[in-house]
Amino acid sequence: MNNIIEVKDVKTLFDNRIVHDGIDMSVPKGSIYGLLGPSGCGKTTLLREMVMLQKIDSGDIEILGHKINNIQYEDAMWLRKKWGVLFQSGALFSSLSLKENIALPLVEYSDLSKEMINEIVAFKISIVGLKASDANLYPSQISGGMKKKAALARSLAMDPKLLFLDEPTSGLDPISAREFDALILKLRELLDLTIVMVSHDLQSIYDTVDKVAIIDNKKVVYEGNLDNIFGVENRLIETFFKGVKSV
Amino acid sequence: MNNSSLDIVLIGDKLSLKFKGELTLYNLTKHKKRTDSVDLSEVYNIVIDLSELNFLDSAASIFINNLQNRLSLNSALQVELLCNNSEILDMLELVKAQKLKYTEISHRRKRGFVEKLGENTYNNYISFLSFMSFMGELFANKMHYIESYKNIRYKEIAFEINECAVKAFGIVALTSFLIGLVVAYQSAYQLKLYGANIFIVDMLGISVLRELSPLITAIVIAGRSGSAFTAQIGAMKITQELDAMQTMGFDPYKFLVIPKIAALMITLPMLIFVSDIMAVIGGIVVANLDLGITVDMFLDRFSNVVGVKHFVVGIVKGPFFAFLIASIAIYRGLLVRDDTQSIGFNTTKSVVESIFAVIICDAVFSIAFTNLGI
Repeated sequence: MNNIIEVKDVKTLFDNRIVHDGIDMSVPKGSIYGLLGPSGCGKTTLLREMVMLQKIDSGDIEILGHKINNIQYEDAMWLRKKWGVLFQSGALFSSLSLKENIALPLVEYSDLSKEMINEIVAFKISIVGLKASDANLYPSQISGGMKKKAALARSLAMDPKLLFLDEPTSGLDPISAREFDALILKLRELLDLTIVMVSHDLQSIYDTVDKVAIIDNKKVVYEGNLDNIFGVENRLIETFFKGVKSV
Repeated sequence: MNNSSLDIVLIGDKLSLKFKGELTLYNLTKHKKRTDSVDLSEVYNIVIDLSELNFLDSAASIFINNLQNRLSLNSALQVELLCNNSEILDMLELVKAQKLKYTEISHRRKRGFVEKLGENTYNNYISFLSFMSFMGELFANKMHYIESYKNIRYKEIAFEINECAVKAFGIVALTSFLIGLVVAYQSAYQLKLYGANIFIVDMLGISVLRELSPLITAIVIAGRSGSAFTAQIGAMKITQELDAMQTMGFDPYKFLVIPKIAALMITLPMLIFVSDIMAVIGGIVVANLDLGITVDMFLDRFSNVVGVKHFVVGIVKGPFFAFLIASIAIYRGLLVRDDTQSIGFNTTKSVVESIFAVIICDAVFSIAFTNLGI
């Protein structure tokens, strides 16, 4: 099995408005896959559908060999332990400290001892580039960049093979954003991750992504690597990548 | 500088509108009035002369464009635009090009009374159905969490008990004491007229234990803890914490909903008990000071005339009220959408609806118990 995620002919309706009209895409194992498109084209919706937060109206999404339409409860729980999700705002649990946030899945799903969990948490905190002294802070006490890193650490807590990132660099200054890109690349090397990310950040896309899907007008207008992208006749792609092409 | 002027000159059948200076949104209105009031009945040729205009902003360009279009509608008129300033021409071109793209923004249609009434009724009906589906989900899918003792989240329940009951102890006690005081004081005044002083014990005992304490406690808790539940869950929804929980495989029902409902169902009867005590103490104070009934006399009569069943009836209502308050509050919290008004709206709704539900439930109990002879 080479593709971790297969999306076939997905249609989504919000009330009477069509959001997706037949989306096809496939995410190869070990790749960093970018979902691109103008605001409001339904990238985040597609991501939410993949992680089973929203239902699709027709079509199929297959993740790690499981079709997620009408998935059994046990299979869904298995899948949820296999992936990590980084939300745009971090979505750290505000009543828990960073350490407790990261430890939560470990405490709930494993029977590891407290010392062991503490050590794992310390490892995750350092791998995402946070300081050990930050571990006892609460989400309201830290900056946006730190929140993203902490949320990333939490999504990595169970050593998932699949990571979903929703606009990982939005709201970060350019330097932090590049650091974050480097971090994602490093983690992919270290942990053998497959990453699906929604992004608007061109630089980040160029630095990290192996394969992209560009969604425009409810459909995927291009899927493939970035080198061939300029052969495609599409107003959006031309506008979006024009700046980079001329550099 | 807003110096602009408009010269309107009529020579024979030729009308010339000569704009000068800077035409901007600040001085547009007076020119619009003048051009609108020009009598066109004798005119066949119109020249809009912009040659002495040195600046035109977008509002003014729209005005010029509309003027041109309006005049051109009349087929008998020859309209001519005089201008050689390329910047102004560009501006006019831009407005013309945009005008083709946008259609007028439609105004929201005013709705009649019947339509509003129908829509509100339908919305209320739908929200009732969705509450029923929340209840259905709770009973059908989530009750298995409490089938096995291993699944019970003792820590969360203990936390919620502290939050919504232990911390509410003071306010419930104080409110009930005052209610007991007031009820006793008002009835003491009436009873004195008949010399029936001692009957204050019967009256107070039954009304407080059976009805007043459960209701007052439920209302205080709905306002205090119910609203907190809604706001907390709503805020978690806005910050995507609930989504994060779901993707990590933590069912929010297990972590948030059931512990809250359980905690309230456990503690509300206890709070009602506290409320009973405090209200009766309030009654004793008034009886002592106002009617000259000693504490011993009061308690003696209390144990003789007020049956245990009245106390039990009051306590039994507790878990039912608690369930209604907690489930409505949580349901409202889960309804919060991604906007800031939504939390306030749903918190208000949560308190109003849970108090309403408690009172309905109390009425049902009242009728049922009375008919059962309890």
